[in-house]
Amino acid sequence: MNYSMVRYILGFILKFESAFLLLPSVVGLIYQEKQGIAYVLTAIICLVLGHILTKKKPASSTLYTREGFVTVALSWIVMSIFGAVPFVLSGDIPFYVDALFETISGFTTTGASILNDVEALSHASLFWRSFTHWIGGMGVFVFIISILPLMGGSTMNLMKAESPGPSVSKFVPHVKDTAMILYGIYILITVCEVLLLCIFGMPLFDSLTTSFGTVGTGGFGIKNDSLAGYAPSLQIIVTVFLVLSGINYTFFFCLLTRRVKEAFRMEEVRWYLLIILAATGIIIYDTRSLYPTLSETIRHAFFQAGSIITTTGYATTDFDLWPSLSKTVLVVLMFVGACAGSTGGGIKVSRMLIYFKTIRKELSLIIHPREIRKIRMDGRVVEHATLRSTNVFLVIYFVTLLCSTLLISVDEFDFTTNFTSVVSMLSNIGPGLNLVGPTRNFSIFSVFSKFVLMFDMLAGRLELFPMMILFMPSTWRRKG
Amino acid sequence: MDIIIVGCGKVGSTLAEQLSNEDHNVVVIDEKAEKIQHVTDRLDAMGIVGNGINHKTLIEAGITTADLLIAVTGDDEKNLLCCVIAKKTGHCQTIARVRNPVYNEEIEFLKKGFGLAMIINPELTAANEIARIFQFPSAIRVDSFAKGHVELLHFKVSENSKLLHLKLANLHQTFRTNVLVCTVIRENNVIIPNGDFEFCAGDIVAIAAERRKAVDFFHKIGYVKNRVENAIIAGGGKVSFYLAKSLIQSEIRVTLIEIDPKRCDTLCELLPEATIICGDATDQDLLCEEGLENTQGFAALTGLDEENILLSLYANDVSNAKTVTKINRSSFNSVINELNLGSIIYPRVITADYILKYVRSMNNSKDSNVETLYKLADGKAEALEFLIKENSAVAGIPLQNLHFRKNTLICCIYRNGKVILPGGQDMMLAGDSVLVVISGYRISDIKEILED
Repeated sequence: MNYSMVRYILGFILKFESAFLLLPSVVGLIYQEKQGIAYVLTAIICLVLGHILTKKKPASSTLYTREGFVTVALSWIVMSIFGAVPFVLSGDIPFYVDALFETISGFTTTGASILNDVEALSHASLFWRSFTHWIGGMGVFVFIISILPLMGGSTMNLMKAESPGPSVSKFVPHVKDTAMILYGIYILITVCEVLLLCIFGMPLFDSLTTSFGTVGTGGFGIKNDSLAGYAPSLQIIVTVFLVLSGINYTFFFCLLTRRVKEAFRMEEVRWYLLIILAATGIIIYDTRSLYPTLSETIRHAFFQAGSIITTTGYATTDFDLWPSLSKTVLVVLMFVGACAGSTGGGIKVSRMLIYFKTIRKELSLIIHPREIRKIRMDGRVVEHATLRSTNVFLVIYFVTLLCSTLLISVDEFDFTTNFTSVVSMLSNIGPGLNLVGPTRNFSIFSVFSKFVLMFDMLAGRLELFPMMILFMPSTWRRKG
Repeated sequence: MDIIIVGCGKVGSTLAEQLSNEDHNVVVIDEKAEKIQHVTDRLDAMGIVGNGINHKTLIEAGITTADLLIAVTGDDEKNLLCCVIAKKTGHCQTIARVRNPVYNEEIEFLKKGFGLAMIINPELTAANEIARIFQFPSAIRVDSFAKGHVELLHFKVSENSKLLHLKLANLHQTFRTNVLVCTVIRENNVIIPNGDFEFCAGDIVAIAAERRKAVDFFHKIGYVKNRVENAIIAGGGKVSFYLAKSLIQSEIRVTLIEIDPKRCDTLCELLPEATIICGDATDQDLLCEEGLENTQGFAALTGLDEENILLSLYANDVSNAKTVTKINRSSFNSVINELNLGSIIYPRVITADYILKYVRSMNNSKDSNVETLYKLADGKAEALEFLIKENSAVAGIPLQNLHFRKNTLICCIYRNGKVILPGGQDMMLAGDSVLVVISGYRISDIKEILED
C-alpha cells in the first residue's frame, strides 16, 4: 500500500469538498439565512485539513489497482463524514448519525431521507442535499481527473473503481479528456433540464434542485410529496430527463460525434428502453382503475417506471398504494437498474444481458456438450475476466442483500419493509415499499440499522468491490 | 498529435509509453486482448482489440483524423499493408517496421512505392550501433550527430583512471585537449557538470568531439583500445547477421556461433566471408576453442537476455575483449547497469528513440528541425541535434546574451564541415547543426531551450 499517496489524494478530495461547500453558502447568502455560515465554516475546516494532508508530496505517485480501489472507497467515506457536518452545525439535522445518513444518501444518489418534514429545512441545506447528488452522480474522481493533471496512467485505476458498469470504456486516448467529455455531457443535460423546467414555470431554485436529483439519478425532493405537487407538464419533462440520465454516456458521445447508427445499435440502450416500455405497459394495465383519466395513468406509470429503473426514486404518486403486480414490477426494476456508464445504480442492464446470455450458453452446453460458444455484446466477444467479475458481482450483491436484511431485521419491522429498503439502498434508489414507501422515510430505523444501510448505499454506488476490499486484511499490509 | 500504433509487442508498448508520456493521443491496436489490457492498465492510452489491417478497426481507432500511424506487428507484410490501407483511408503519415533482410536492399523502393514516411528496422539499427562501438572500443556508447561528423562518446571512469578526483575546470590544462564534457551519469542521475565538478570512479562521462580529437583525448587519459580486428558473435539472429555483414565490410574478421544447423546453413550462404560455427554459444569449451581469450570484440546477441548477460560477464572475465550485450527487456535496469557488461544495447529503445525523433520533427516549426535524438540514462536526459532554420529566434545572437533554461547545454555547433565548441561569443546561425543536451524537460524546437 502506498499510504502517503492515499493520504495525498484524500487531502485533495477535502480541498474540492471545501470548494463545493461554498455553493450552498452562496445560496444561504441569497436567501439571507444564518445556516449559510455553517457551510462556510465547514468549507474552512475542509480546506485547512486538506491543506495539511497535501502539504507533503508523496515520494512515489504510483497507484496500483489496490490503491485505486482503497482511495476511492475512503474518499467517499471521508467526503460523507465532512459533508454531514454543516447539517448539524446549522441545526437543520441536529443528530449526527441522521445527518451522515442524509449525506451518504445524497452522495451515493440514493435519495433516501430520514427527514419527516423536508420543507422545514433552510434553502442552503436543501441546495446542499441536492447538490451532493450532482457531485456523486458522475463521481468526484471523474471530476478531479478532468481538471487536474494528477498522475498519468494510474488515474485509470481511480476511474475503474468509481465508474459504474462491468468495464470502463474510454472515448478518447487520454483519461483526462474522457473525464472532461463525461462531465461536459453531464453539465449539458443538467443545463437543458434546468432551462426547460424554468420555461414551463418551475421556480429557479426548485428547477435546480430537481435537475440535480434527476441527472445525478438521486431523488431528494425539496417538497414532502416529492414531485406530486408540480404541474403535469413539469412531471413529463422530468420523466424524459430521467430516462435520458439512465442511458449509457457512450450513447451520447456517439451522437455528439455523429455516429448515430452506432449509437442506436447499442444493445444495452435498446434493452433499457424496451424494459421501460414493457414495465410502463404492465403498470398502465394494472393501475387503469386507480386514476380518473388514462393520460394520468400513463403519466404516473411512465414516471414511476423511469424513476425506479434509473434508481432516482422521485415519486409523483404514492406507488405503495398500487396493486401487487405493479409493485412487484417496480421491485424487479429496482434490481435491474440503469445502463452501465450512466449515473444510475442497480445491477445494470448490461450485466443483466450478460447473465441471460450466460444462462443461454449453459443451456446450450447441455444440448451440445462440446459446443464452443462465446458471449457477445454489441457483436464483440466478452472477455473471460469481465464475465468472471460480472458473475461474482451478482453473488456479492445477493450476499450483501441477505446479510443486510438479516441485520436490520433486528428492528422487527415486516419483511417487505426490510427487504425493499435494503434493495433500495444497494441500488441507490431511495424509497422502498410499505413503511419506507415514497411518502414515508427512513427515520424509523435504529442507529445500528442506519449504519448497515449507509454501508449498503456506499457499496451499491461504488459497485461493491471497492467497499469490500476495505475488509480484506491483506489490503492494509505494507508488504504484499 | 493523434497517433495510432498497430502491434503491441516490445517495441509497440515502449513507443506507446514514450508517446503517451509526451502527451500525444495514443491508440494501440492488437489482436490479443490481454496485451491491450496490460497497456491500457498501465498507460494513459486507448486500446482497441482487432486486426490493424481491418478497415473497420482502423476507422474505430480514428484513422480519419490521425496524424501518424506506426505499424510494428511481428509481420513485415502486415505492417506494409496496414500502412497502405491507412494511407488510403486517412491523411496520416505512416511508419512501418520492416526487418526481413530480403527487403533490406529495397528499402528506398518500398518507401517510395508505398508512400511511407519512414521504414524502421530495429535489428539493423542495433547492429549499426554495435558496429560503431567496435570501431571505437574505448567508449561504451557512441551516438553520432551531424551525419557522423560529431560524436557523443560515453565512457566509464575506472578505479585507476587519470581523471579520478580531477576538477573539470582543470581538465583542459592537464591534458591539453579540446573536448567538451556534456553529461555525467552518476548513480543513474544525469548531471550537466560545471567547473567545480570532480570525477569519481564509476561515473559515465559523455564527451562531444570529432572522431580525431576524441582518439587523441582517449590516448592522453590512458584509454588505449584500438579498433577491434576480430570479433565473436554469439547467436545468429537478425542483429547478428546485420552486424556480421557490417563488420566484414570494414574488414573485421567475424566468428559467428549459432545453435540451429539450418540457420547456420542460411547464414553461411549469406555471409561467405564469416566463420560460422554450429554449436551452443553458452558452451564454455566451445568459446575457448574459438579463441575467446584472444578476441578483441565479443557481442552477446542470443535471444535470451539472461544468457547474454552471463556470456558477457564471462567474456569480460577471461579476455580483454570489448563486449557488447543485447538486452531486449527493460526491467531491472539498475541491477544490469551495475554489472560489468561493457556496452549494453536495447534494440527497442533505439527504435523508440528513432521514431520519437520523427514525431518531434513533425511539429514542423519554423525555427528548427529535430535531426537526431538520443535518450540518456533511461530517458532522464536527452541529446538532440537541431538544424537551425532561417529567422530562428536563437539565430545570430551571441550565446552569452541568450537566457537558457536550467540543465541545458549547447555542446557543439557544426558549421560548414567544422565543429565549433561554443564559447560566449559564438552564435548559432541558420544552416547550423546544433547539438544540445537537456535534462528534466522535453523540447521539440530549439527555441524552447530559452527561458520564457
